[in-house]
Amino acid sequence: MRKFLLQRLAFGLLSLVAATLIVFILSRAQGDPLLLYAKPGGYGVSPEQIAALSAKLGLDRPLIVQYFLWLGDVLQGDFGKTLLAEQDVRMVVFQKLGATVQLGVAAFVLATIIGIPLGVLSAVKRATFWDYLGRGFALLGQATPAFFTGILGILIFAVYLGWLPPSGRPVHEPFFPDQIVAMIMPMVTLGWLPAATYLRLTRSSVLETLDSEFVKLARAKGVDANRVIWKHAFRNALIPPLTVSALILIGFLEGSVIVESVFAWPGVGRLAVDSIHNNDFPLLTGVIFMFAILYVVGSFLADVMYMVVDPRIRYD
Amino acid sequence: MATEFANANTASPDLMSAQVRTVQDNFRGRFFHVLRRWPLLPIAIVVMLVGMTILAPWVAPFGEEEINLRGRGAPPFWYTEWYEENPKLEVRYILGADHLGRDVLTRIMYGGRVSLTVAAISLVIGISIGSALGLVSGYFGGLFDEIMMRLVDVWNALPFLLIAILAAITVGQSVPLLLALLSLASWAGSVRNVRAETLTLKTREYVASSKVAGGSNIRIMIRHVMPNVINTIVVLATLRVGGLILTEASLSYLGAGVPSNIPTWGNMVSDGQGYLNSGEWWISVFPGTAILLVVMSVNFIGDWLRDRFDPRLRQL
Repeated sequence: MRKFLLQRLAFGLLSLVAATLIVFILSRAQGDPLLLYAKPGGYGVSPEQIAALSAKLGLDRPLIVQYFLWLGDVLQGDFGKTLLAEQDVRMVVFQKLGATVQLGVAAFVLATIIGIPLGVLSAVKRATFWDYLGRGFALLGQATPAFFTGILGILIFAVYLGWLPPSGRPVHEPFFPDQIVAMIMPMVTLGWLPAATYLRLTRSSVLETLDSEFVKLARAKGVDANRVIWKHAFRNALIPPLTVSALILIGFLEGSVIVESVFAWPGVGRLAVDSIHNNDFPLLTGVIFMFAILYVVGSFLADVMYMVVDPRIRYD
Repeated sequence: MATEFANANTASPDLMSAQVRTVQDNFRGRFFHVLRRWPLLPIAIVVMLVGMTILAPWVAPFGEEEINLRGRGAPPFWYTEWYEENPKLEVRYILGADHLGRDVLTRIMYGGRVSLTVAAISLVIGISIGSALGLVSGYFGGLFDEIMMRLVDVWNALPFLLIAILAAITVGQSVPLLLALLSLASWAGSVRNVRAETLTLKTREYVASSKVAGGSNIRIMIRHVMPNVINTIVVLATLRVGGLILTEASLSYLGAGVPSNIPTWGNMVSDGQGYLNSGEWWISVFPGTAILLVVMSVNFIGDWLRDRFDPRLRQL
């Protein structure tokens, strides 16, 4: 078991290296990064200055050396400064992280409290109204692109009904109602797909456990129906949804890129898209690196979950 | 027996066989019975949408890039008042027109060509490569297998969406790049499943017999193993296609899909977002609905195929 975890961790680190390598290669594929700072022959730029700048940024060395120089800095937490405002990349990313985490946690809670109970209900009351409701909800959630859910939400609740603000994250005082109200739509948009995933997983897993020997035994013993469902079946049925929860959290990273763009929610996802449109490479690599770290941590947690939650699975 | 149970547990439309038997006698009962057993509605939707895009040059009401400035922001045909107030406009737009007076329906037809072709081609490329790797990996095992599996692990731990956007921006948006990216998005899932399948198949007696008879490895893989995994591959492909259409749409929405002068469903939604506030909802809602319908239908068909042919993949 320990060997398995160590192995996983090692591959996680390998993924991290792969991610940085891809980002680095792509960032160089764009052409000479020096052009981002100064244009040769530009106004008031002498060839000597260009050479000096190139030496300062380490661009006169071989590519592989540049990669390790860059990686060295990155591992020390130094992503350089953003091109546009010349701010410390780390600072900028951390400033935006709060908004993303807030949204992600809210969406996660929403997905859990909708997906799991509805999944159980859908399985227990199979082929009734509740089942169709649950399955319809899941089918829609898995098929609607997040940006389209967002746009429909804006159209209905902001443009026509005027109940919710169309976008943004108010930070002024008083903090309480405004920011929470502004978060409702992004939260629902981000949480729908994971809620659908939870629902489907819970449903099929509850159905499977309800069909198992120990549930039949409990029923045969005369245990009442509610107790069978909640005490015997539900606990065992929770294994699959629990194990995917780490992966669902990872999914929020990807989802946040889209949802934050739709709602102009000032988090890391939107920062990434903005930095791409501004050609702000140091910033973008910082964001991707952070995403990659979270990805690796998330997948590692998912593996750990598997082992903790279901000891029947053996790893050798 | 076991598979029968598994079948009964799934989200398939043919759950209610007991209920159906009682109502089968009359015509209406039979009608709904067929509707439940076969995914006719989803198939009809897919055929209609795909047919519409294929036949676009013949059935589209307007030319592909036809602009009519009189029809700027013209609403769908049922807004008769608007059309009465603008008598100079001699045509009616069934689903309205956008800010340049281009017919939304025509653009959905032509846009669907791009969206669906891109998804289909990259699905075929991705799944073929993934399945071939899975087959070889499972058949030979050993070092190649080990490396393959770790490669899949590493790939799964990368933030795909961001890397795709980054690639689109640095290398330049183009259809071939999008195809490559989407193929990359779909190969990893099939490697694992096909490999697992191959692992059990290669221990079968007929494989051993073929070996004894002097069959080469390639022959065994193609003649004896592949026909048995093709079920799995088809099911995987149908389950994956919805996700690919969504990924393509998300990339287009974020401005990192095909070049923005080519209409696709994703970038049409994104174009229309700016006009929500002025009430011109049809510009983005209709293409979004097209995505939703197509993805929901293929997901439904995928579920159905899986329940029919490969219930072991149920947890996907």
